[in-house]
Amino acid sequence: MAETLQFDLVSPERRLASLEATAVQIPGADGDMTVMGSHAATITTLRPGILSVTHAGGTDDYVVSGGFAEISATGVSVLAEQALPKGDVTQEVFDGMVKAARDAHAKASDFVNEPGPVDDAAKLLADMVAMGDTIGLSASN
Amino acid sequence: MPSLKDLKNRIESVKSTRKITKAMQMVAAAKLRRAQDSAEASRPYTERFNAVMAGLAASVGSADGAPKLLSGTGSDQVHLLVIMTAERGLCGGFNGNIAKLARTHAHDLLADGKTVKIVTVGKKGRDAVRRELGEHFVHHVDLTEVKRVAYSDAQGIAQDILGRFDTGEFDVATIFYSEFQNVVTQIPTAKQIIPAAFEATDDAPTDGTIYDYEPSEEAILADLLPRGVATAIFSALLENGASEQGARMSAMDNATRNAGEMIDKLTIEYNRSRQAVITNELIEIISGAEAL
Repeated sequence: MAETLQFDLVSPERRLASLEATAVQIPGADGDMTVMGSHAATITTLRPGILSVTHAGGTDDYVVSGGFAEISATGVSVLAEQALPKGDVTQEVFDGMVKAARDAHAKASDFVNEPGPVDDAAKLLADMVAMGDTIGLSASN
Repeated sequence: MPSLKDLKNRIESVKSTRKITKAMQMVAAAKLRRAQDSAEASRPYTERFNAVMAGLAASVGSADGAPKLLSGTGSDQVHLLVIMTAERGLCGGFNGNIAKLARTHAHDLLADGKTVKIVTVGKKGRDAVRRELGEHFVHHVDLTEVKRVAYSDAQGIAQDILGRFDTGEFDVATIFYSEFQNVVTQIPTAKQIIPAAFEATDDAPTDGTIYDYEPSEEAILADLLPRGVATAIFSALLENGASEQGARMSAMDNATRNAGEMIDKLTIEYNRSRQAVITNELIEIISGAEAL
């Protein structure tokens, strides 16, 4: 029996999951990482993507956008700004998320002098579109 | 002396008022439950968030070049007051108490020679402070259309405030809202959100774990501080929601009881006058008969 760890997924509006997991795959800002028991204590920010949790009863996938994860040897807490079970993300919901990212990008583009916010927003949008491809939804224009 | 007809009309009108206040009380009770549930549901996020931020702030905050959101702009000349109240009245002293606290605060700052700017969230607070401090208003957020406060609402407000901070419009931001204690007690509270002050809650584990940071401590902090503003505003909005419904519930309970008392009093008066009219009529008939 593999070592388990306590997995919590909370968004500002509610607690989505709290269970014993064997492995958690996190879409970190610097790349995906899989966390198992006795992981080194880490704090990482998230990019929009799929968070998948493997536990005794199977695998659960969640769509998360932004936030951070706190990893300790015994557990993972993911604090996502927006989090939904993958099954709940319909084309409509996804369109809303992409639109928000697009708007942010358009807004950031107004500050032509500072490349930072524009690049961030562009990356956010690209991540969002890539996530849509993964779960089989297209980002319509 | 009002006529019988007048009294009857009064009684009817007070009765329908009582029906309305009773209905409002019950609606508020149902909404309070929901509001409390959402406030409860947001707590794990806020607690964890603050615990992590407290750790981060402690390690980075003292260093030079810490983000301005944390260390401040180095001045406290211009204050931004964010007054968060309800969109609707008829909830006892709820709006008034928040407005009063904000007004006192603003006058103290003005007396110290500071500049005050005001952002109002909720129509009622705006109306309450407009007369005295109307010239300091810079922005108003309307949540009339919002049925149920979502995180995105808080994000919208936070973005506006952060935008103002980035352009150097103010140095210190404080939010005013009402903390929900229970149905009869709501405490008007002032909380400074910029520069941010994070306090680790007592039950948070402070085992001194040393974390690895990805990408880097500074980058994470810079990413999370704006979210911290949104989180603080979101929890204030939720607390406010619960407080509003609690205040309305007890106000309407009082109103219902008052209406009941009034009806009793009016009914007694009505019965007395009716008796007097009957007695009068009898006397007239008897004295008429005797005169014959």
